[in-house]
Amino acid sequence: MTPDGDGGARAAPPPAPPAPARGRRERLELFSSRVPFTLKLAAVWATILGVLALLFAGADFDTDWMREHAGFIARGLTWTIVIAVASIVLACVLALLGALGRLSRNAIAVGVTSFYTSFFRGTPLIVQLFLIYLGLPQIGINLGDPWADWLTLDVFTAGIIALGLNYGAYMTEIFRAGIQSVGHGQSEAAEALGMTYRQKMRRVVLPQAVRVIIPPTGNEFIAMLKDTALVSFLGASLDQMEIFRRAQLLGRADFRNLEALIVAALMYWGLTTVFQYFQLRLERRLSKAYVRGTAGVAVAGERARPGT
Amino acid sequence: MSITGEVRIEGLRKSFGGHQVLRGIDLEVGKGEVVVVFGRSGSGKSTLLRCINFLEEPSEGTIEIAGIRVEGGGHRTRKKRELIRQLRIRTGMVFQDFNLFPHLTALDNVIEGPVTVLGRRRREAEALGRELLEMVGLPDKAASYPIQLSGGQQQRIAIARALAMNPKVMMFDEPTSALDPELIGEVLAVMRRLATELHMTMLVVTHEMGFAREVGSQMVFMHEGEIIEHGPPARVLSDPQRPETRRFLEAVL
Repeated sequence: MTPDGDGGARAAPPPAPPAPARGRRERLELFSSRVPFTLKLAAVWATILGVLALLFAGADFDTDWMREHAGFIARGLTWTIVIAVASIVLACVLALLGALGRLSRNAIAVGVTSFYTSFFRGTPLIVQLFLIYLGLPQIGINLGDPWADWLTLDVFTAGIIALGLNYGAYMTEIFRAGIQSVGHGQSEAAEALGMTYRQKMRRVVLPQAVRVIIPPTGNEFIAMLKDTALVSFLGASLDQMEIFRRAQLLGRADFRNLEALIVAALMYWGLTTVFQYFQLRLERRLSKAYVRGTAGVAVAGERARPGT
Repeated sequence: MSITGEVRIEGLRKSFGGHQVLRGIDLEVGKGEVVVVFGRSGSGKSTLLRCINFLEEPSEGTIEIAGIRVEGGGHRTRKKRELIRQLRIRTGMVFQDFNLFPHLTALDNVIEGPVTVLGRRRREAEALGRELLEMVGLPDKAASYPIQLSGGQQQRIAIARALAMNPKVMMFDEPTSALDPELIGEVLAVMRRLATELHMTMLVVTHEMGFAREVGSQMVFMHEGEIIEHGPPARVLSDPQRPETRRFLEAVL
């Protein structure tokens, strides 16, 4: 007997139920439950990659060719990244203006922004690309002298403007939702302090909206990184070609289409993976103020470990 | 009674759609006075405070605070918006659910107004901010974010944030209603200090009758959008004239 009277809990152990015979399946389940989840996950990934490697080996790829020409395709990386970054910056500016316009009570602002989002979400990106690249110069020529020059854009600029306009229209909704997610009480507190609309937005509403806006915007950026490939349909000189255009050109010339495209695909994939890593870090940083416990930073750091 | 009205409300009316929430309010608050507004929920107390700093646009009537006079109703022109802003700068507001800025630390919450609205230098504002945190009894919470603080602590920071603008009038909209009972005392203690030591002009919507009796200079009972009883707390609490007031006091005391 234990001295401290908790004997009640221990008294009379229930008769052990007869150990049931464990089936093969049940034993497997029990074994699986003891293996850490991350280990299982790694095993699944390894299997997928292994199967793919087998397929590749079976397809008799010209890996030497891939190694040799990867450098040529990789030189397109700069353009892919420059186009994507410039477009996302343009898209973010347009999305912010669009969202503020949609939420305003000014008829001009609401009208212009609703037309913008309606048109650019309602037509295919590829059509917009050609409209800007081929359509604008035509308007320019009809308008006469200074316009003809201004409205004739090179592939690169046309691509950035089209991607920026298109993604900006989609992201307007993301920004609008982000701004609306900030509680009304926040607006009132800012106004009660005597803030102007601008001050309220810049100091109180937008900094809080950013937390909501960042994850879906990262998503859009990943989509855009891949959509830069569409710019190649406009045609470009060799020194301005992005990954896909280079891969296509090279693959056709050497009759190594599959090899070239796989190299390009791997590069896009690598790019988005790297970007996702930075996005995750940014999101963690922004959530610093929203973690309970006295040392918010330390807690956030703790959480960061399993992911990295 | 009131020599120089710090706050003057004349003929204030407010309707939402067809429903009249305020039916003609006249009220004057003298410098250093503490006016306690009470009444059943839906009687228009909160709307009254929110109309005073134009978080709600009055349908009719005039608000005057520290010499700034604004007409209610009509379109908010650029000129009127600026007038409202000037009025708000002179008016501190404390909300029922605090509304601290969650992305800023306690100190940054307090200095946000002085830095952004009044254009004070950050360093000066921080010195003032620390003083105010000291005053509300939270000098060691400067670096904490709102989520790390209790409700009572958040409300005290919110009071410090309003005070940092050096307002002529402080308005409290049920400042203790969202708090757990054991946290109410610390907030009331800060408010009491404001009244007795700083002689702050205050308009307080609350059902804390102990607070009203102790520091209130006028009590205002609202019923269906009107002030139906008005007088010094000792008189209103011990000898209410209207049956509605009596019934309400019996229910809360």
